[in-house]
Amino acid sequence: MELIFKKLSQISAGLLFVILAATTVVLYLSAKPAIEAFGVGFLFETRWGVEEQLLVDGATEKLDVVESAALDDLDGEDFIDDDDFITDDDDESGASGTREIYGALVPIVGTIFSTLIAMLFSIPIAMGIAVFLSEIAASSIAKPVGVAIELLASIPSIIYGMWGLFYFGPFIASIFGGNTVSLLVAGLVLAIMVIPFMAALSRDAISTVPDMLKESAYAMGATKLEVIKDVVFPYAKSGIIGSIILSFGRAMGETMAVAFVIGGIYQFAGKVTDPTNSIPVVLANSFAESSGLSLSVLFYLALILFIMSFIVIGVAKFYFLRRK
Amino acid sequence: MRLLMNRLFLVFSTFAALVGLFFLGWILYTLCAKGLAGLSLHVFTHDLIEGGLRNVIVGQIIMSAVATLIGIPVGIMAGIYLQEYGGNTKLTEFIRDLSDVMMSAPSIVVGTFVYAIVVIPTGHASGWAGVLALFILMVPIIVRTTDDMLKLVPVELREAGIAIGASKYHVTMNIVIRYAKAGILTGVLLAFARVVGETAPLLYTSGSSEFWSTDLTDTFPSLTVSIYNLATMPDEEMVQLGWTGAFLLTAMVLVVNLIGRYASNEKRR
Repeated sequence: MELIFKKLSQISAGLLFVILAATTVVLYLSAKPAIEAFGVGFLFETRWGVEEQLLVDGATEKLDVVESAALDDLDGEDFIDDDDFITDDDDESGASGTREIYGALVPIVGTIFSTLIAMLFSIPIAMGIAVFLSEIAASSIAKPVGVAIELLASIPSIIYGMWGLFYFGPFIASIFGGNTVSLLVAGLVLAIMVIPFMAALSRDAISTVPDMLKESAYAMGATKLEVIKDVVFPYAKSGIIGSIILSFGRAMGETMAVAFVIGGIYQFAGKVTDPTNSIPVVLANSFAESSGLSLSVLFYLALILFIMSFIVIGVAKFYFLRRK
Repeated sequence: MRLLMNRLFLVFSTFAALVGLFFLGWILYTLCAKGLAGLSLHVFTHDLIEGGLRNVIVGQIIMSAVATLIGIPVGIMAGIYLQEYGGNTKLTEFIRDLSDVMMSAPSIVVGTFVYAIVVIPTGHASGWAGVLALFILMVPIIVRTTDDMLKLVPVELREAGIAIGASKYHVTMNIVIRYAKAGILTGVLLAFARVVGETAPLLYTSGSSEFWSTDLTDTFPSLTVSIYNLATMPDEEMVQLGWTGAFLLTAMVLVVNLIGRYASNEKRR
């Protein structure tokens, strides 16, 4: 009994390793045809689903289509156009034996920028909430608000996406102009989504600061700002930075909140109010109708995303959140 | 000057908190206003094909529950290994880090993984594929909570058990787990709440269906995937149904969360 129990627990722990290793291996194997076809250049290639021999025509034609479409109000229709485009390529390449070009640069840039926009807005607000909850508000307010924030952090991301599509997108478009789906809207929806998460983690980090330290600073005549700036933040620094990085990772890998509002178009956003694309959204939108090389390309993208998030989480864990 | 800066700073953080809360409140308000508008008994008694949500709600719960049922023993056993058997070795630390990495891995990547190992070989989406994806997402959360909760169990309790001649298995099951039960239960509930709202990993693993189904080997109805499909339809009525689904989903997640919280408060008292 004793032995069986021990073995079982070892197997369960081993399973974690197996799953993670299997994920990496399976993604790599599935992505192999695409990796062989495009190599590292995939990361810097901007075209997607364009045939190589039709390179000039194809690329410009595609840009024209997208640009003229981007001027109008933009919704699912354009995405379908885009899709047809890829499907056409599939057929043609099958017949004539030409090579399609896929590149990940647009979704990679879209992912990074939407995440950066999210961070730009969420960090000050989340820090404000964390400071407010732990240092400013009376505990009769801080407690319920704190619980509310934690509950909000658990709301499924699809809800944020829906709200973004129907309410927030039009709201932003009415202020800044441009489309109701855009890089800016995606970034802001992400920001709102990670705020509760980041605020809750930062508040926990701030609450580990010993009262003694704060009290000694107050006793020296420091103002609240000075206490927070010179005592609380330095003490809780690693926890706060860790919470920011974890939120960064979360925003980067987020699918549903972004899928509704980024537009799903393989084109760089010239302005922040233009639609573009991000890796998780490409995966979510194109998986079902892909096969062969185009499917392999998607696995390549998934592998890239996996590695990116791995690095972000790794940095957070190993430098800032070492558990004792 | 210092006092002025201080005042400005306090106003700024309060303002930031209010801005954040304003948007979150806006979302909740929208959700309630739009969701309640379409809520009726019809939604619970009819399947998606007839304009209700019965089959997708049940489908979502079945998939999450099955994933939880498989995830509980695996997650708890792995947590027990980390605290009770692993000791303070490099290996334990490594597995702990792995589990944390898995916990924050993008859920869509888990979906692609399951697609590659289940959906491609079997040739079609299935409920089991969805269950597997949710299981992978859930296990690291349970591992982490179990690990943390077992860490809180005083070492004296274990020593007392060993001293009266109980085997390590007995000590673990009858003393350590019993002590940490409420905490682990909370963790399991929170993990359930987390996976029940997942959409991305289900998109192409379980797919979704408009019909009543309890057959996990075939395409399985999913509430979250249905919400995604409904919300992107041009038809007003469909969008309305999507909002109702979104409202019910959020209500479900929040209720499970509150129960989890309540359970952990019970313990502390």
